[in-house]
Amino acid sequence: MATEAPPPPRDGAGTPAGPVPPTTEQFVEVQESAEFGELRRTYRSFAFPLTIAFIAWYLLYVLLSNYAGGFMGTKLFGNVNVALVLGLGQFATTFLIAWLYSRHAAARLDPKAEAIKHRMEADA
Amino acid sequence: MSSTLHTVAAPLAAGNATSEHRPLIITLFAAFVVATLVITVWAGRQTRSAADFYAGGRQFTGFQNGLAISGDYMSAASFLGIAGAIALFGYDGFLYSIGFLVAWLVALLLVAEPLRNSGRFTMGDVLAYRMRQRPVRTAAGTSTIVVSIFYLLAQMAGAGVLVSLLLGITSDGGKIAIVALVGVLMIVYVTIGGMKGTTWVQMVKAVLLIAGTLLITFLILWRFHFNVSELLGAAATNSGKGDAFLEPGLKYGVSATSKLDFLSLGIALVLGTAGLPHILIRFYTVPTAKAARKSVNWAIGIIGAFYLMTIVLGFGAAALLKNSDIIASNKAGNTAAPLAALEIGGGAGSTGGAILLAVISAVAFATILAVVAGLTLASSSSFAHDIYANVIRRGKATEKEEVRAARWATVLIGIVSIGLGALARDLNVAGLVALAFAVAASANLPTILYSLFWKRFTTQGALWSIYGGLISAVVLVLFSPVVSGKPTSMFKSVDFYWFPLENPGLVSIPLGFLLGWLGSVLSREEPDKGKYAELEVKSLTGVGAH
Repeated sequence: MATEAPPPPRDGAGTPAGPVPPTTEQFVEVQESAEFGELRRTYRSFAFPLTIAFIAWYLLYVLLSNYAGGFMGTKLFGNVNVALVLGLGQFATTFLIAWLYSRHAAARLDPKAEAIKHRMEADA
Repeated sequence: MSSTLHTVAAPLAAGNATSEHRPLIITLFAAFVVATLVITVWAGRQTRSAADFYAGGRQFTGFQNGLAISGDYMSAASFLGIAGAIALFGYDGFLYSIGFLVAWLVALLLVAEPLRNSGRFTMGDVLAYRMRQRPVRTAAGTSTIVVSIFYLLAQMAGAGVLVSLLLGITSDGGKIAIVALVGVLMIVYVTIGGMKGTTWVQMVKAVLLIAGTLLITFLILWRFHFNVSELLGAAATNSGKGDAFLEPGLKYGVSATSKLDFLSLGIALVLGTAGLPHILIRFYTVPTAKAARKSVNWAIGIIGAFYLMTIVLGFGAAALLKNSDIIASNKAGNTAAPLAALEIGGGAGSTGGAILLAVISAVAFATILAVVAGLTLASSSSFAHDIYANVIRRGKATEKEEVRAARWATVLIGIVSIGLGALARDLNVAGLVALAFAVAASANLPTILYSLFWKRFTTQGALWSIYGGLISAVVLVLFSPVVSGKPTSMFKSVDFYWFPLENPGLVSIPLGFLLGWLGSVLSREEPDKGKYAELEVKSLTGVGAH
């Protein structure tokens, strides 16, 4: 077990030996810190509910397609019916959620993550 | 190659149109092959370290990788298959593409960035991080190879059928020659060009695919005065099915079982993408997690735009072509898009039609090559990095030995898939793609999510969820109508099916998640807290990321 090196150790002969990686104790310390707790909460409280929401919305769409044919076939204008609008709605929400998440990540996650990363790499 | 192609038997009825354009189609195929080989040799000269071979030196930008992801993901199944399914079944054909697209949000929100931050080359890097290396790497490698081979087999057999159709080849020898040609090219791309070469091939393909689709979409919309409602109306009328053509139900709404099957497929599609090894390794080709995020965003934009265009392509084919002609050319509708291109360009015998048909055929060929190269690379990387270097050699192989093992694995996997692809050329293997998604969602995704987010996850939990998800998905498909008992089955003449659904996801995905949880809580081994601290801090911050 001790001889089974986990991923990091062997990197390319060509790459110069970087800074000494932080020790496990340092990782545990950071993981338990309030700052990291805040980063985890900011990430999870955004990503997890949103994931549940878009999966639920997608399943609703699948179930409507399966079991609510009459409703889906209702024409809205010309030959465009509810089914088509809801289908295109899935495209729209996918684009929207990708944009929302990226904005959240850039504004709220990246600065926190970088601060922790810099400190750990400077300490090491 | 040309001698094989010239001696083939008379083309199919609807293939008549294609045979007279064969020289043009072959010229475009050849141009693509030559261009990609030049790229491969160029990339090969820059491939020295393991990080070059597995991850293209991690030098690609978010946009480049987004293009390459799109090229890797948009297979012939999603290009010709979805357009064909819409042409034949109307609205139901379009349902597929929605699952394929929404799935990217799972990758964006939960997988891409943590994976990039904490792994190096393979999916196994992340799955085995906190666990006992050898058993979990073996499991991750097995699952990667099984998923990739199923997917690859479907693509290879599909390539034989498709290219034969486009070139009007019907002889067995001709089809086998096509499968072998595709296989040899993919071996060359991957062994010589590694990830760098493969990525460039996928980028070129993505640009060609988008440009080709854009052109046909524009011409179809022009024909219908840029009025979508008019296009839909014409499609509904011409299909002979009226308004039902624009509503869900023609394909999946036939019976209670088919509805359940669609639900199962939908879940597998949406949860499978973020567990496909050939997609996951693409996140390692960029330098940072931010670039990984950016590449998924580009991929969502490109893939989304592409699927929107397939709607026009599919309904356009339904509006322009006779339903009986589409079916006569290919029962599954796989040639509807090329036939629509021929029609919109001026019809059989016209120069415009000939050029458009040749362009779309060449794009389809490029599509197949780029996807099979990505799949081969994923499976040979996992074999070399997870199984050879970390299990067999216990982490003591040098980088050179590892890359050599990856190259040999590529040759071996290539030969095996040429063999299987040739044997399966007349079987209906389209179901294998859905199976690959189901295995990815049942075996890989639960393990990835638990590894990243659940501190009590253990080695036993990882093994139970990988093997449990993998075995249940494969066994259920083996005893489903995909394999036996129906006219559409792989083996029509035998009947041993008892599982009613074609897609196992409805059962195997919850099972994979359940087993991962159960295996962990029943485990006598305590989870490794230190390792979880490392993985969690790395995955969220990128500390020490390679």
